[in-house]
Amino acid sequence: MRTLRTLPALFKLGLANAMAYRAELLIWIFTSTMPLILLPVWHAVAEEAPLRGFSQSRFTAYFLAGFIIRQMVGNWASWTINYEVRTGSLNRRLLRPIHPLWSYATESLASIPLRSALAFPIAVLLIALTGMSQLADSTLAWLIAPLAILGSWAIGFFAHVAIGALSLWIHQSIKVVDVWLAGFYVFSGYLIPVTLFPGWLRDLSWALPFPYMHGFPIDLVTGALTDAEALGMLGAQWAWVLVLGVVAVAMFQRGLRRYGAFGG
Amino acid sequence: MNSLRRHLAVLRASTRLSLLIAMQYRWEFMLDGFFSLFWTATAVIPLWFVFEEREVIAGWRYGEALLVIGWFTVLQGLLKGAINPSLTTVIEQIRTGTLDFVLLKPADAQFLVSTARFRPWQLTALVGAGAVFGYGFWILERSPTLSGVLQSLVMLGAAVITLYSVWILVICVAFRAVRVDNLRYLFEAVFEAGRWPSTVFKGLLSFLFTFVIPLALMTTYPAEALMERLPLERFVGGWAGALAFALFARFVWSRSIASYTSASS
Repeated sequence: MRTLRTLPALFKLGLANAMAYRAELLIWIFTSTMPLILLPVWHAVAEEAPLRGFSQSRFTAYFLAGFIIRQMVGNWASWTINYEVRTGSLNRRLLRPIHPLWSYATESLASIPLRSALAFPIAVLLIALTGMSQLADSTLAWLIAPLAILGSWAIGFFAHVAIGALSLWIHQSIKVVDVWLAGFYVFSGYLIPVTLFPGWLRDLSWALPFPYMHGFPIDLVTGALTDAEALGMLGAQWAWVLVLGVVAVAMFQRGLRRYGAFGG
Repeated sequence: MNSLRRHLAVLRASTRLSLLIAMQYRWEFMLDGFFSLFWTATAVIPLWFVFEEREVIAGWRYGEALLVIGWFTVLQGLLKGAINPSLTTVIEQIRTGTLDFVLLKPADAQFLVSTARFRPWQLTALVGAGAVFGYGFWILERSPTLSGVLQSLVMLGAAVITLYSVWILVICVAFRAVRVDNLRYLFEAVFEAGRWPSTVFKGLLSFLFTFVIPLALMTTYPAEALMERLPLERFVGGWAGALAFALFARFVWSRSIASYTSASS
């Protein structure tokens, strides 16, 4: 109950933080411009004829939607946890009468309004460039889109917490984050739409959490899914959220027992 | 002359220190080696996908585009091995104010921050690059000519100067906006575009990657030089651009240092 009452305050704190370090936020946004860089490449590929159903304007919709979604689901908890474990500043968080995971979560969630505001012009651009034709026309798709985006954020968040908690065992888990990111780049549809993968790679990808973080929300808002497919995938996505959530919380709790604090 | 000798001595000492540190963390060698090969593979995969579908893209065939990836891998190794470690160090120093100690030392500050730290294990990137070059020439069904290799090495010189200058400019940003530990990621993200032949980009992006962040100069020109098809004017233009960039970076650096008021004062 007390946690619930504290959350709005924490959220406000995070929002103020995001505003204070807006230059930093802007840099983060620029670091995720990869989809925009890939767009001309795919345009060159689809110049003469559409590539297996992907015309130039569908590529535009895919990568711009990808860029916007990526803005909204940013996570960096693993770096924060690594830093705080190494320097001992995790102590301060532990002293607060609220579980540290809540404060990590609100820090990241609180940056969403500002990030969305920055992504908004891109969304306008997207509609201006491709018209409405490349966007989903099913009401259900737009109704569950917020859930899908939240699910995408939650998968990332719990993975970051789990990897961050690893640093309580192995001192530094930054390299493990790199492994996670590498998996994301290859399997999520970030560089190549999963639909264009050869069959075996597509099957492998959908067996992993990555496409549920990126390819699925994009497919949802660009109207590539039927309502039944969309609901099935949403279910699968939240199953991943649940699994990763349990793992992350368990690892964090067990890891804390090993935590000796800096100088303590 | 005396000053040059002193700077060389500093370079020797810091290289030795970096080597000693690297030797301590041998398991990191395995990981770094594995990752650099892995990243090389991820650089080739999208290319392979794209060329599965089309024979020629923006005037480039598969084998030719592989040569661009080869140079991209070389420069990425340089970026991760020689540039990023120092960048991280300087940004931390600016944030904590310990840059004052560097500025007090009797050697050129730009030189000191540039040589602060190396990660020799990143040399493994060269192995990956070699493999990509070999594969590229195998696809092209020819072998590199001596003159092509020499031309591309000359172009690589300009590429390295440019990369270094961009990096100095990035540090100058850190003087103004302090909490920018993620500049490293920004730099890497923009650099990613260098894995594609520059003709892929059109309009604004083409302008951006030719003049503002000259990625074309860094990876596409050396690849064209390797195939002996880089026209002379691009050679001259590339080198002129690289030198102009270096001078500009030096200028901005001196301005930034002059207006730097450490963390404590």
